[in-house]
Amino acid sequence: MKKLLFALMTTAAAVGFAATAEAQEKLKACWVYVGPIGDFGYSYQHDQGRLEVEKELGDKVETAYLENVAEGPDAERAFERFAREGCKIIFGTSFGFMDAELKVAGKFPDVKFEHATGFKTAENMGIYNARFYEGRYVMGQIAAKMSKKGVAGYIVSFPIPEVVMGINAFMLGAQSVNPDFKLKIVWVNSWFDPGKEADAAKALFDQGADIITQHTDSTAALQVAEERGLLGFGQSSDMIKFAPKAQLTSNTDNWGPYYVERVKAVLDGTWKSDDVWLGIKDKAVLLSPFTNMPDDVKAMAEAAEKKIADGWNPFTGPIAKQDGSEFLKDGEVADDKTLLGMNFYIKGIDDKLPQ
Amino acid sequence: MRLELVKRPGRSKLFSALSPFIAFALTLIAGAIMFSLLGKSPLAALHVYFIEPVTQLWQIHELAIKAAPLILIAVGLAVCYRANVWNIGAEGQFVIGAILGSVLPVVFPDTQGAWVLPLMLVMGMIGGAAYAAVPAFLKARFNTNEILTSLMLVYVAQLFLDWLVRGPWRDPKGFNFPQTVQFSPSATLAELLPMQGRANLGIVFALVAAVLVWVLISKTLKGFEVRVMGSSPRAGHFAGFRLNRTVFFAFLLSGALAGLAGICEVSGAIGQLQPSISPGYGFTAIVVAFLGRLNPLGIVAAGLVLALTYLGGESVQTALGVSDKVARVFQGMLLFFVLGCDTLINYHIRVVASPGGDGAEAS
Amino acid sequence: MDITVNILLTIATAATPLLIAAIGELVVERSGVLNLGVEGMMIMGAVAGFGVAFLTGSPWLGLLASVVAGAMFSLLFAVMTLSLATNQVATGLSLTLLGLGLSGMLGTSFVGQPGGRLPYLYIPGLSDIPVVGKLLFGQDPVFYLSIALVIAVSWFLFRTRTGLTLRSIGDNHASAHALGIPVIRYRYLAVMFGGACAGLAGGHLSLVYTPQWVENMAAGRGWIALALVVFASWRPLRVLAGAYIFGAVWIGQLHLQASGGISVPTQLLSALPYLATVVVLVLISRNKRLTLTNTPAALGQSFVPDR
Repeated sequence: MKKLLFALMTTAAAVGFAATAEAQEKLKACWVYVGPIGDFGYSYQHDQGRLEVEKELGDKVETAYLENVAEGPDAERAFERFAREGCKIIFGTSFGFMDAELKVAGKFPDVKFEHATGFKTAENMGIYNARFYEGRYVMGQIAAKMSKKGVAGYIVSFPIPEVVMGINAFMLGAQSVNPDFKLKIVWVNSWFDPGKEADAAKALFDQGADIITQHTDSTAALQVAEERGLLGFGQSSDMIKFAPKAQLTSNTDNWGPYYVERVKAVLDGTWKSDDVWLGIKDKAVLLSPFTNMPDDVKAMAEAAEKKIADGWNPFTGPIAKQDGSEFLKDGEVADDKTLLGMNFYIKGIDDKLPQ
Repeated sequence: MRLELVKRPGRSKLFSALSPFIAFALTLIAGAIMFSLLGKSPLAALHVYFIEPVTQLWQIHELAIKAAPLILIAVGLAVCYRANVWNIGAEGQFVIGAILGSVLPVVFPDTQGAWVLPLMLVMGMIGGAAYAAVPAFLKARFNTNEILTSLMLVYVAQLFLDWLVRGPWRDPKGFNFPQTVQFSPSATLAELLPMQGRANLGIVFALVAAVLVWVLISKTLKGFEVRVMGSSPRAGHFAGFRLNRTVFFAFLLSGALAGLAGICEVSGAIGQLQPSISPGYGFTAIVVAFLGRLNPLGIVAAGLVLALTYLGGESVQTALGVSDKVARVFQGMLLFFVLGCDTLINYHIRVVASPGGDGAEAS
Repeated sequence: MDITVNILLTIATAATPLLIAAIGELVVERSGVLNLGVEGMMIMGAVAGFGVAFLTGSPWLGLLASVVAGAMFSLLFAVMTLSLATNQVATGLSLTLLGLGLSGMLGTSFVGQPGGRLPYLYIPGLSDIPVVGKLLFGQDPVFYLSIALVIAVSWFLFRTRTGLTLRSIGDNHASAHALGIPVIRYRYLAVMFGGACAGLAGGHLSLVYTPQWVENMAAGRGWIALALVVFASWRPLRVLAGAYIFGAVWIGQLHLQASGGISVPTQLLSALPYLATVVVLVLISRNKRLTLTNTPAALGQSFVPDR
């Protein structure tokens, strides 16, 4: 194989530059997903981003992916395989891939690596993440406006910072409209189990919530809202088809623009390891069309979305922690490190964070 | 038309040797059909599936990493199943072994020295054995069905690990993400040939365990006891063997090996504890044990073959752009063909045209 | 009062797929066969049910398809373990593996598509009675089917001659064979009944519980159904009780959380049902008489009739 490649290269060099351009191989960009792309949630959205790269960059690129890759040795093998198969840029889309990806990045200095939601970088490994909490803030505002009882239900998977951050942002948004807003939280201990999510949604509605939101991937909770004639929010994907009368908006992941930009950067030779946290501003977090709400609420939501897009951070003080102690002074903005490691509730959340 | 089995007088040597090849041939045919239905060239697909994954040195290392836990666990399970003891909770024993073995590097991360790793391995084995002792005790004392108790305990172990890494054992510097600290170098299982690939001592342990257990089963009195108690407990009873002792022996041995596999995986391939440390090795190993016909040396081969199907599955995904579901279906077909063909070792299969009528001998 | 009714309805929906899959597996195990492939058959039922409902627009046809798919898929297990005498544990596990892969492959194009839900029962007058109306006359059709199945299986096993024969096969296939009972034929039918039930349970998931298709949506319910069978010491009415206790504990803790009155690690709560099953297993096996009368003694052993 190597010999063949060498022969090809020398031939190409002999024919001259024009020929080299033609013989140039397509750039190979590769993705490693933690779940199945059929989850219609987290991994599905990353794969939509990959497809956008194929669409945008056409025959300049070829892509490949591995799905359902377990965190640990399987992940390390996936990265190594891609690096050896000639991928020039590899995206690892789960936090748990961090150390495996870093290790492989060390072995292949010429390959560019990108890791989602982690915090370790290298010369050839950049990290990216999306500020989903920005969308959740807007959703909190909508919820406080639309809820008749002033109570929302929140279905969550595991108490990791990303999730806690989202709960706090949602509550901050709600409190900006209704300071006495209440949140009922249920942990289902799973990222993906439609049945459990449906059960949790029913329990939350029965306990007095009339709006539901979730940090789990399936459409089940929204379908329950639809059936009961109540309201809710989507997550990851636009779920309006599943709940045409219930979905207010959906906090969708939109990785396409970032993926296109990064793959282009490799094509141009301008790729540099970076640490980006994209948000509404960058169109990485998209709120799907505001539906099932009166125009004034819609206007409010659009205003909040614009304010955030213009650079305002929902975690701007004064904000107190749950126990009343100070988290942020008036006008102080939480830095990214604090948000990334967030493990406390803000004041007004009437629940104990499992530790 | 129906199938009828006729017991052979003894195990057929011919089919013992032939059956894996028949199974393999059938899998190839079925696989070729499946791939052509999907619009892929069957020949290319099969090449990518079975040959490509072992053409480079680093891939052989990956094969070893994938096969090591399967072999270690399956060898222990073989002793259980030979003894007619149905431990299907190896996944849980794997997890508890990993947890107990990780006490040193997680709780006392500053401990250094050459003794750290051996102690971790021993603690891993103790952890696995102790967890296996629970269904063994319940079986011996109360005659509780061990298939179900050992299965139930798997979930308990997984949830316990989940709680540990999200709570008390969480890395204080890890941004509250659910994982423990990285193990220090003296708590890490050495790679065999770091220049070539990342296979670690785990595969060596697996091979040694396979040989030792083979000797144990076929050459020692204890092995005789296991075989006799498995095939006819009454005869064993008259020979002076006690059922409960066999039950405990089989469970503790397989638990210890599963625990060893667990701590090897954590300290070798992963390097820390995380919410999920096994993609179902404990269950896949059950299939490996049967593919290897409950013979430790056969299990080595079966473990390698199954590991190959995982690597091959990844190859077809990246090379042909098919989904991992296709790979799993293919793996499932292989398992069915192998299990089915092994029937030929002990039986003739007759196709009977109508009940009562005489059918033709198929083999 | 309303909230109690709602809680009961939620419990019924959560318990129904477990109950159906478990009652099917109970019959299989009573015949002496251990099929660990419940999860795989369930997921095949779920994908077939959703797919047919999606393509034809009829959730009823979907439900029928899920039953057929479960039965056909179990036939694979039956041929292997009964005709070819392969090991039941290994074959069952392989069946689950195959089912998870195959369902994902078949279901690719259904991802992200809303499906049809089976309509709830509505009888004018009766369904409108406060409290009991909704519970007794306003649930989904599969719920009624599940209760009917429990009664039918209970009657079949303990009140009919064929049921007695089936149980005798599960206790001692050799002597049943000696009496001229077609052991293998009985077991084929039992396994396929179990498959049909598991398929129906899957259909309930994708047509009633959460009308959608996503990979791996059974999420371990097949394994819980297996535990329930033993938890119930192979008695149909106890399977019913077990499934509802399981559902009640799960839904109850959700309500506890939602009302803010809980601070136990959620992992412990999730582990409770499994620990409870172990405890129950120990309790029933301590009672020798109970164990002897109910445990199918030939469970998991291959049987090859000699001629």
